Amino acid sequence: MTASSGGSEEPELLDVREVSVALGRAQVLDAVSLSVTEGGWTAVVGPNGAGKSTLLRAIASLVTCRGRVLIGGVDASSMSAKERARQIAYAPQVPLIPEAMSVREYVMLGRTPYRALLAAPRGADHEAVARALTRLDLESLADRMLRTLSGGERQRAVLARSLAQEPRLLLLDEPTAALDLGHAQQLLELVDDLRRDEHLTVLSTLHDLVLAGQYADRIVLLTGGRVVADGAPADVLTAQALAEHYGVSAEVEAGPSGVRVHPVRPGRAGA
Amino acid sequence: MNVVQQRRPVALAAAGALLLLALVAGTSVGAVALSPSGILASLAHSAGLDVGNPLSQTQFALLTQIRIPRVLLAALVGGMLALAGASYQGVFRNPLADPYLLGAAAGAGLGATIVIAYSPNGIGPIATLPMAAFVGALTGVGLSYALGAVAARHGGGSATLLLAGIAVTAFLTAIQTVVQQANSDSLRQVYSWILGQLGAGHWDEVRLVLPYMAVSTVVLLFAGRALDVLSVGDDEAITLGVRPRQVRFVVLLAASLGTASAVAVSGLIGFVGLVVPHVVRRLAGSSYRSVLPVSLLAGGAFLVLADLVARTVLSPAELPIGVVTAFVGAPFFAALLRIGGGSS
Repeated sequence: MTASSGGSEEPELLDVREVSVALGRAQVLDAVSLSVTEGGWTAVVGPNGAGKSTLLRAIASLVTCRGRVLIGGVDASSMSAKERARQIAYAPQVPLIPEAMSVREYVMLGRTPYRALLAAPRGADHEAVARALTRLDLESLADRMLRTLSGGERQRAVLARSLAQEPRLLLLDEPTAALDLGHAQQLLELVDDLRRDEHLTVLSTLHDLVLAGQYADRIVLLTGGRVVADGAPADVLTAQALAEHYGVSAEVEAGPSGVRVHPVRPGRAGA
Repeated sequence: MNVVQQRRPVALAAAGALLLLALVAGTSVGAVALSPSGILASLAHSAGLDVGNPLSQTQFALLTQIRIPRVLLAALVGGMLALAGASYQGVFRNPLADPYLLGAAAGAGLGATIVIAYSPNGIGPIATLPMAAFVGALTGVGLSYALGAVAARHGGGSATLLLAGIAVTAFLTAIQTVVQQANSDSLRQVYSWILGQLGAGHWDEVRLVLPYMAVSTVVLLFAGRALDVLSVGDDEAITLGVRPRQVRFVVLLAASLGTASAVAVSGLIGFVGLVVPHVVRRLAGSSYRSVLPVSLLAGGAFLVLADLVARTVLSPAELPIGVVTAFVGAPFFAALLRIGGGSS
């Protein structure tokens, strides 16, 4: 195990140092650095094509990159795939759903890094799966085929699989992309509960600034593969920054539940 | 216990019973009918048990020298093709994949055609035709894999490999056609080989393919969990600590070895590798831990029964078994799609 304990100076859970990714000739990420403290929710925001998803994929070691990714102070590239899998769970923007697999079987896949690939699940695995199913309110659906679930239920199944993986860091790529506003809100509430109760750290991309401002305690604004702002939502999501990087006209208001971003039609702001 | 977990043992038992039934039917039915009880007593007798042998010497020879090896070969080939097909489908996450996809069929066809055209009587004591088909099948898959790996160096994945398989198949088939046209007197023999046959099923063939099939089967039956992980996609499989490329390589290697040995002794029998796993998936759920072993058993049963039809319908003439698998299998498949449409 690579847990960081006993050190007088607690390393950040995730430390991304000067990470650059080139896909073909395009420089998708350009020396991106950021660090994530244990227990928080960091949202990576930015306009389309800013490199948000690529950043998550680089952290999950799914693309080759220059620079370093440290997890609990340990270089991710020095870990085995299995060690990494016990630290980081990753849910892509469009998860591939094996349609005729039951929810329980699917959630059990989250236990893969805890045993040999050919070995049968043990008691601890069944317990973790049962716990994840309960936690995400999927018990009654456990034996249903994934294809019979609604979009929101599928996203919950994906979260349950990530939870069964018992990671320290949860990478969510646009978790609400396929959901309507109501279901998006429910899902993000659920993620927030999990983060508090299960001591998870969340790093997600969110293209919806309204939701990002409400749920994240820290925002990283990415544009053209570079970090242009990084800090508390109120400091990053300013009307000026939004106008500059998104070309959006918006009013921003700080409230008790976080920052509220209101897009308004150009020329009619400040009324 | 829940429904899904109970399905597996039930499906395994059902497929096992079906195979047993098919084996009994396959050995008893034919131009000379042998009663199942007579067969059992006779086998017990020859195993040294103190029971009389109810079969005449001719009947006994028919049973042990012709029926049993042929039925066994049908079961081996059918089981192997279905298992390999299910594995290919898992590796490519595509229910339309079949074991001939990566050039195994085209390679075997080319190998067989060359031998039939240039060395119809074989070279010495070696069984040249099966060898040529075997080597050809593995060469075809090897070429596809090499081409796919080169093309996939910058991104790409299983889709690239599929396209490589299509290219290699087209190329090898073109060569085969040229050889065939230049030796038109061998057309008939090549054609009958392509349609598949188990008529030459003797103990020699069984012995020839058994070791390869055994290795392939053992490896593939252990791959179920890995293929289940692969079904969520390469990226997520990686973040679950699995290396998809390695899994794919090992599974394809084993499945191709099995396919090559099946093709070597039976020619190109279509439909089994595609349809049997599909039917199994509908009845036993889609976890590869069930699909793989159940396909093995059900595929064996299916081909034994198809062979039974092939040699009895126009007796004493024989239908090519590939014709029977398609002729019987296609309507059955269509009916199943209709009945099971949309259900889980």
